[in-house]
Amino acid sequence: MQYLFKTHYNDDIRFLAKTGEKIRVGLVILAMIAAPLVLQDYYLAELGLLFVYVIAGVGLMILTGYTGQVSFGHAAFLGIGAYSHSILMANGVPFTLSLIMTVILSGLIGMAIGRSASKMHGFYLAIATLAFGILIETVFGEWSSLTGGYAGLAVPGLKVFGISLTAAWQQYAVDLVIALAVIWGVSNLFRSPTGRSFVAVRDSEVSARSLGVNVEWVKIQAFGVSAAVTGLAGVLLAHHLTYLAPDVFSVLESLKLLLMIVVGGLGSILGAIFGAIFISLLPVALSFLKDVLPPAIGQQAGLEPLLFGSIIVLFIVFEPLGINGRWQKIRFFFETFPYYRKSSFVRQKSYLKTERLR
Amino acid sequence: MSGPQALTVRNLSIEFGGVHAVEDVSFEVQPGEIFAIIGPNGAGKSTIFNLISRFYEPTAGSIDYGEHDLLKLPAHRVVHTGIGRTFQNIELFEQATMLQNLLIGRHRHMVANPFSNFLFAPGVRKSELEHRRKVEDIIDLLEIAQYRDERIADLSYGARRNVELARALCAEPTLLLLDEPSSGLNSEETDDVSFWLEDIRHDLGVTLVMVEHDMNLVGSVADRVMAINDGKLIAIGTPDEIRQNAEVQHAYLGVAA
Repeated sequence: MQYLFKTHYNDDIRFLAKTGEKIRVGLVILAMIAAPLVLQDYYLAELGLLFVYVIAGVGLMILTGYTGQVSFGHAAFLGIGAYSHSILMANGVPFTLSLIMTVILSGLIGMAIGRSASKMHGFYLAIATLAFGILIETVFGEWSSLTGGYAGLAVPGLKVFGISLTAAWQQYAVDLVIALAVIWGVSNLFRSPTGRSFVAVRDSEVSARSLGVNVEWVKIQAFGVSAAVTGLAGVLLAHHLTYLAPDVFSVLESLKLLLMIVVGGLGSILGAIFGAIFISLLPVALSFLKDVLPPAIGQQAGLEPLLFGSIIVLFIVFEPLGINGRWQKIRFFFETFPYYRKSSFVRQKSYLKTERLR
Repeated sequence: MSGPQALTVRNLSIEFGGVHAVEDVSFEVQPGEIFAIIGPNGAGKSTIFNLISRFYEPTAGSIDYGEHDLLKLPAHRVVHTGIGRTFQNIELFEQATMLQNLLIGRHRHMVANPFSNFLFAPGVRKSELEHRRKVEDIIDLLEIAQYRDERIADLSYGARRNVELARALCAEPTLLLLDEPSSGLNSEETDDVSFWLEDIRHDLGVTLVMVEHDMNLVGSVADRVMAINDGKLIAIGTPDEIRQNAEVQHAYLGVAA
């Protein structure tokens, strides 16, 4: 068991305080950098797609996991990112500029949604974001002069600073660099005043207000940052899909994002990463299941949504903190071996929250 | 921001659908004073606090803190005039550590710029360290260092009360609204509270307004007491005067046979 002896306030600001954490994270990053040397193109593309989902998950995590505002329409921002980037690039805007413009555009749309959502709670917010998601999907379909409608839209090739990146490892590198940058930036956000005000709004709006946090503005900001990050994921996703169709960004995709962060573990960036890994492995498991199960069940339409739903329910019942929560427990088990007890993570029942102000 | 100022409440009223929760209440709290508000359950004590905090919109009256007309400010600007508060049911940020809670307490002194925060610009680290020092002063004052890295959800009730007080102090208020600071505490912890209240007034020069049921605590620390019942002011005076007041006794004990 390692006891962390803190000698400076910086020890609490640092991301990775313990040696074990540094080694683990270092090894993972090294492995990711080395991956193109060992993996075939197909798996490299899959891994790149995983990074895209990590970014999207982090984006939704900012809003739902950290600020406590649920969104059932986050695929819309993924779509806004993908479409706007493809359209801009098709009109000759270079990659980097198009990426920046797209991120700003998604951020602004997110803030506009946040403006109207900032007065809503719970159910109403869920329904409003769901409606937004469906609305945007319809816009993609109907605005055919711009988006190509239901026929779809071809995504221009990946070209950074005038250099065409056609090899799988090159696209992988772009995904990896951007994913790492996003994880670093968002982690920064949550060790500074902005992120803390997000968490404050999640845990108690009244006391946040009494401490000088402008709750409405924080929600607008949270929607903005979240949408910008998800839009960025959309940009990278477009290059993976190479062909955009409205139904890619349907409600099911939004649910998938939500499933990702719930299963991964709300309120942590690691949760978004675990969730993305889970969601990437799910289709593999699903195709395996389809082979194993009797055709009457295996070929049944709606097997996928059923599975999504049951997984969410099972996690909420048995491990509300998600894969990340389980990971923390396993870590704690080894770090404190042999002192771990079944009750180590059982929370004492909190007093009743009566007369809570909204 | 200047030092403590007078809090002036004039003819304050609020109705909730025909219920007069607070009716025509006026009082003034002098700088450096410990002012207690007492009254039976449902008398409107917490409602007065929520009016001062601007969570509720009064139907009539005015609230001024020094030269600030509080009714012109939105709720999140009230703390910028120097008014901090705690809550009857403890409103801490449950999933965050105590340290994070106290740092949010510093929010009014911080600049929350998402862009520089995203990049964690050098200035952000510098300001984080400065605020951390201020937070540590409060941690020392209230002797809560052992909870620094604990999640609030894991803390006991008494510890939470202290943390909430600490968080309010981190905003460096000049006037502090304490909603039942001793509720749910045992007698030993309540004694601690009375010492802290004196310390907070003397060392930090904070004016204190508290809603409190424990008359021993009120008697030992309060300079003046205001008694209210059914939203109406009954009497303002020293703790002894209030104890002797016939109307106050009536409100608490009912009609004498």
